[in-house]
Amino acid sequence: MSRFLAPGIFHPGPSSHMQLLPLRFERLGADRIVAANLVGDMLLLSDEELRRLVALDIHPGDGIYERACEKLLVCRSDDRAWLQVLAMRLRSRMAYLAFPTALHIFVVTLRCEHSCPYCQVSRRSMDTEAFDMTEGYAMAALDIALSAPPSTIKIEFQGGEPLLNFGLIQSIVEAAENKAVRRDKKIEFVIATNLALLTDEILFYCRDHCISISTSLDGPADLHNRNRPRPGGNSHLLAVSGIERARAVLGHDHVSALMTTTEASLDRPEEIIDEYIRQDLGGIFLRPLSPYGFAVKTRWFDKYSTSRWLAFYERGLRHILKLNRQGHFFPEFYASLLLKRMLTDEPSGYVDLRSPAGIGLGALVYNYDGRVFASDEGRMLAEMGDDAFELGHLRDTDYASLVTSDRLVDLVGGTLSQCAPECSSCAYEPHCGADPVYHHATQGDPVGIKPLSGFCARQKGILGLLLTILDAGGEDARVLQRWATA
Amino acid sequence: MTPLPLTGRVETRGLSAISTRTLLRLANPEAPPKSVYDAALLRTPNDYSVALSAGYGQAVSVMNPSDVVGTFDRVALFGPKFRWLGNGDLLAIEPALGRYRVLWRTASRHNAFLVTDRCDHLCLMCSQPPKDVDDSWIIDEIGDCLSLLPAHTQTVGFTGGEPFLDWQRFIPLVDKAQQMLPSASAHVLTNGRAFSRAEVVTAWSALDRSRASVGIPIYSAVDAIHNHIVQSQNALDETVLGILRLKDRGNRVEVRIVLHQLTVPRLVETCAWLARNLPFLDHVALMGMEDTGFALANHNVLWADPVDYAQTLASAVAILAGTRIRLSVYNLPLCVLPDSVRPFAVQSISDWKNAHHDLCAPCDERGQCAGFFTSGKTKLSRGLSPIVRSGAGS
Repeated sequence: MSRFLAPGIFHPGPSSHMQLLPLRFERLGADRIVAANLVGDMLLLSDEELRRLVALDIHPGDGIYERACEKLLVCRSDDRAWLQVLAMRLRSRMAYLAFPTALHIFVVTLRCEHSCPYCQVSRRSMDTEAFDMTEGYAMAALDIALSAPPSTIKIEFQGGEPLLNFGLIQSIVEAAENKAVRRDKKIEFVIATNLALLTDEILFYCRDHCISISTSLDGPADLHNRNRPRPGGNSHLLAVSGIERARAVLGHDHVSALMTTTEASLDRPEEIIDEYIRQDLGGIFLRPLSPYGFAVKTRWFDKYSTSRWLAFYERGLRHILKLNRQGHFFPEFYASLLLKRMLTDEPSGYVDLRSPAGIGLGALVYNYDGRVFASDEGRMLAEMGDDAFELGHLRDTDYASLVTSDRLVDLVGGTLSQCAPECSSCAYEPHCGADPVYHHATQGDPVGIKPLSGFCARQKGILGLLLTILDAGGEDARVLQRWATA
Repeated sequence: MTPLPLTGRVETRGLSAISTRTLLRLANPEAPPKSVYDAALLRTPNDYSVALSAGYGQAVSVMNPSDVVGTFDRVALFGPKFRWLGNGDLLAIEPALGRYRVLWRTASRHNAFLVTDRCDHLCLMCSQPPKDVDDSWIIDEIGDCLSLLPAHTQTVGFTGGEPFLDWQRFIPLVDKAQQMLPSASAHVLTNGRAFSRAEVVTAWSALDRSRASVGIPIYSAVDAIHNHIVQSQNALDETVLGILRLKDRGNRVEVRIVLHQLTVPRLVETCAWLARNLPFLDHVALMGMEDTGFALANHNVLWADPVDYAQTLASAVAILAGTRIRLSVYNLPLCVLPDSVRPFAVQSISDWKNAHHDLCAPCDERGQCAGFFTSGKTKLSRGLSPIVRSGAGS
């Protein structure tokens, strides 16, 4: 047997023969720390294990050495492969950067027949056409959208209530279809509507032009109607019957819904989720209120703290996991999004959770008045008198001028989570993003002080929760893993 | 069932007059020889006169010695135990030593040329223990063989030793195989370390990449474990770097994990690591250990009964099955595998490994089973038991 060398010959020897790969860590609980590598592979450690890892006081056979190698947290000092692996994976994760600005939002009107106290876009009442987009602006916006690099773009019609200016939507869709053929582009259309004004003619038009519907559903009828008042107090009935009619014409998969959490929602996550199951929606996006528009003016945004919202989220997630254990495949979409990033290196183009930030580079917003904004939230701020995210005006701009404008370059370049204070040392950074609009709105600074940031607290709360469930193993962990690969 | 004796001793006459090594292609005695390498395959006494009148000057006999009548100037006298030899098979004869090697069997779908016995690894479970000898002539011999293979040949395997030790001669050999055999894919078993050097990857990438693949073992993501198993420092780092370089240039790469006491304890973690870090692999093969060669010498530190690691294997398979990587389980009999693993089990790569035990006689899955190795003093799993489908037989 002397021909073979003993295992110890292949041990790395003194710690000077080893090195740490780029890593970050975050306390998850008492004597529980999550350490993450450059691309967010995570390893849970005790305080003592972390101390030994960082001191490179680890040895083959002790279990930490093995786990740290497998998670690309350490290697030999002369190894060359692991930084290459990390670089390659980082490149995969950020591959969306090669296809900038796939989403184009057209605010075809700011008018709406609903009068929601939490309206984040500051809707205008029905009677004045001054808040409708003109055909001229629409066509100028379309040219910009079609000159963005991706071969497939999404055009989303927003409001107010976009169906109040459906004629303009028709003009845009038909012009887009014509121009797309000549430019060899594929276009997906979505209308974000409350469905109250839905007619059969509109539905048949959507069917003939492959337009999907995205609507709002806040939960059971009493909660929804309280959040979303309209003349007649029948918003829920119109939304639910609209969903059914739209599915019948467009097909089940072409209709989706979003919920917004208000203070009245906080005690009722199960009922809200059960309403989504009842309406046969394929999952739910548990969304907090954002600090824009009437939500700020009416102080609805301030009515609950981040920690109360996180408690709501966890209660909701636990209920959803229970439903999944019973055999429904029903993801919480925000968790799915984060899990995809935690468990795979698929490039995630979700515009609100990127660094470099998705403003402009992920989406452009063409406002009814001709102004072009870097994000949907940017135009919401503008209605409050703050034009920080206005990139130009449709009368005299083009795609290149908008995305290379000094303002956008400053905002994106100045807020990179990879080098922002607190973010750059955060274990969750690979799964998070920069949100310059939120931090500008709440702290008057696009980078923001993260310990004071509701965005940051929410991210850490949800990521820590998902990590804890994954680490506990069992059926819940398997459910989360399925969401990541679905 | 015993494995086919692909190497051994044989009585020859007249062959030594030609060279120290003679390459022969077995041919139907009724058809005239097409090449100077062709030797008539004599199965019956009548074949002598048939072969002579067809113009053969050399022959290989698989008859009973008592049936041998007449004579050839150059002949190798195998007995009736070699009736499995067939037309088109390639033999190398070393007359001075009285040795033969079967290099190619037309009846097999799993032919592989041994490129060298030399290796820069010394794997604890190596089934083909390396020898430190100058065997550079083998590449020339394989070059001669390639011109004798049927044009419709589908796959040509290359194994070792480490074929890329002499990459400057080996890569042109694979190129020749691709040129001469337009339908054939080349598959090479290698430790992959040569590809950590850019010039090797550049030369390899100049081949028809759609018809070339390499199978590379990775036994663990932990350097101390992998390097101990292959008995070489820096092995894991260079192998992974090689795989990155190969995939960067669009080459096909398979990773192989042999299952034994040193790989099984972290098999789930190893597979999770592969899924996260090398998701672009074309194929992962989880392989039962061939209990021969060094594996016998290291039996005590290596042998693991498949029934004892069945659940670990199931977890590892579940992880890889959720990726885009194609997954196979080799060399393990179906009856020791959990149900979830069985769909990934494929029949072994060499037909002489596909053997079965007497207790397999009533098994309904024999036709689909990989069987187990018979090339050594194989230790059998205590989990072996015939799979009998209930209600079968109607």
